Amino acid sequence: MEIKLQADNIAKRYGSIDVLHDVSLQARAGDVIALIGASGSGKSTLLRCLNLLERPHAGCLTVAGERLALTPDRTGELTAADPTQLRRLRARLSMVFQQFNLWGHMTVLRNVIEAPIRVNGLSKAEAIERAEHYLARVGVLHRRDAYPAHLSGGEQQRVAIARALAMEPDVMLFDEPTSALDPELVGEVLRVMRGLAEEGRTMVVVTHEMAFARDVGSQLVFLHKGRIEEQGTPADLMSNPQSDRLRTFLASSLHRAGHA
Amino acid sequence: MIDLQIIQDNLPAFLDGARVTILLLLASAAAGLSLSLPLAVARVSANPYLSRPVFLFTYVLRGTPLLVQLFMVYFGLAQFDMVRESSLWPLLREPWFCAWIAFTLNTAAYTTEMLAGALRATPAGEVEAARSLGMTGFDIYTRILIPGAVRRALPQYGNELVMLMHATSIASAVTLVEITRVARDVHANTLLAVEAFGTAALFYLALTLCITGLFRLLERRLLRHLARPAGAS
Repeated sequence: MEIKLQADNIAKRYGSIDVLHDVSLQARAGDVIALIGASGSGKSTLLRCLNLLERPHAGCLTVAGERLALTPDRTGELTAADPTQLRRLRARLSMVFQQFNLWGHMTVLRNVIEAPIRVNGLSKAEAIERAEHYLARVGVLHRRDAYPAHLSGGEQQRVAIARALAMEPDVMLFDEPTSALDPELVGEVLRVMRGLAEEGRTMVVVTHEMAFARDVGSQLVFLHKGRIEEQGTPADLMSNPQSDRLRTFLASSLHRAGHA
Repeated sequence: MIDLQIIQDNLPAFLDGARVTILLLLASAAAGLSLSLPLAVARVSANPYLSRPVFLFTYVLRGTPLLVQLFMVYFGLAQFDMVRESSLWPLLREPWFCAWIAFTLNTAAYTTEMLAGALRATPAGEVEAARSLGMTGFDIYTRILIPGAVRRALPQYGNELVMLMHATSIASAVTLVEITRVARDVHANTLLAVEAFGTAALFYLALTLCITGLFRLLERRLLRHLARPAGAS
């Protein structure tokens, strides 16, 4: 199967604190990789290194066969050697954020058509057609003329997913997409994400939703203190964790899930 | 008693004065706003060679009285032979032009800081989202940062325009016959202070009402995204 995204030997530190050591990740077409781990384990940092929102200190990124040219800056962080290439590759790795990050002064429709017009060069008519398709897909087309502040969190996150989908990316990155939502709104977002996974979209998801990771993930990656502690199919990892740390982590998350 | 006849007799002069006030206000506001947008972008730049000079400009212009600035332009520049011999001298010796320069620079300084603050108040996530989708720095400024900042600064900018309009009364100090100067002339001729300055005050009040009304309309239109939706509790 085609490799959509490959990250090799990613390392990142903040000051003198190492947050990622030599982490590698590979997503083939249709993979749903769930990154799990306690807070502070480096999973969000890893995800944000994949599109260079965070600059790693070492490593290598390849998106759909194209290797991103990186060069160290004065502080030792890696930046893109060619900003045009970075923008092109970012457009193929669209991201969904914990806090939705919709553009507040734009309507829902405008939020979704903006990047396809500016970045992919679509005409306005094409972009609107595409936006309506994806807004319908995530169930918020009826809110197309509303502003983000007038939507519920779940609706905002579904608009953000439509915005990411409208780029027709190779890989979708999700950074704790349900963590900022009220509990009763988590379900609607997870349902949309399950649907996307079933369509065969390639996804890398940082999540605390263990049931989602178990049911939808094709690969589970457990991070601990910036290292990959264990990795494998959800069934293997969850029924037969090798390390004490994963065992403890699973026990505490299942315990929490039991109370939810 | 208030002498309405005096007011009526001098109404044409007040209307002429109001025209000067309004023209000075519009010309300075338009030029000041056009200057302040690029200056605000430079002011929030990470590059100190861009942000420092702008900071110095706004600091000096906001740290000195407008009247002093006006005198510096009108009287001060004439002291230099270079200025008197330059091709701009026919303009620079005009009080009208000098007032326009001084008011433009002054409002540009305040508006720059206002817009710079509004740019800084952009939620970081909005910029990250734009970057993550591959938008260029130019697109991020023109589509996300500036439209958002201008909207956030709108109510404050309405106040700035009212203040600027009030400040135009200072132009009388360099011989411009605007509303305040007309009032002083009427007072000098009649010694009726309430009629003279009261009429001027009413003119300013009417202009203020126009500005605030205009901004209420603009805010209703441009700040829809912050309004409470109809029917929400």
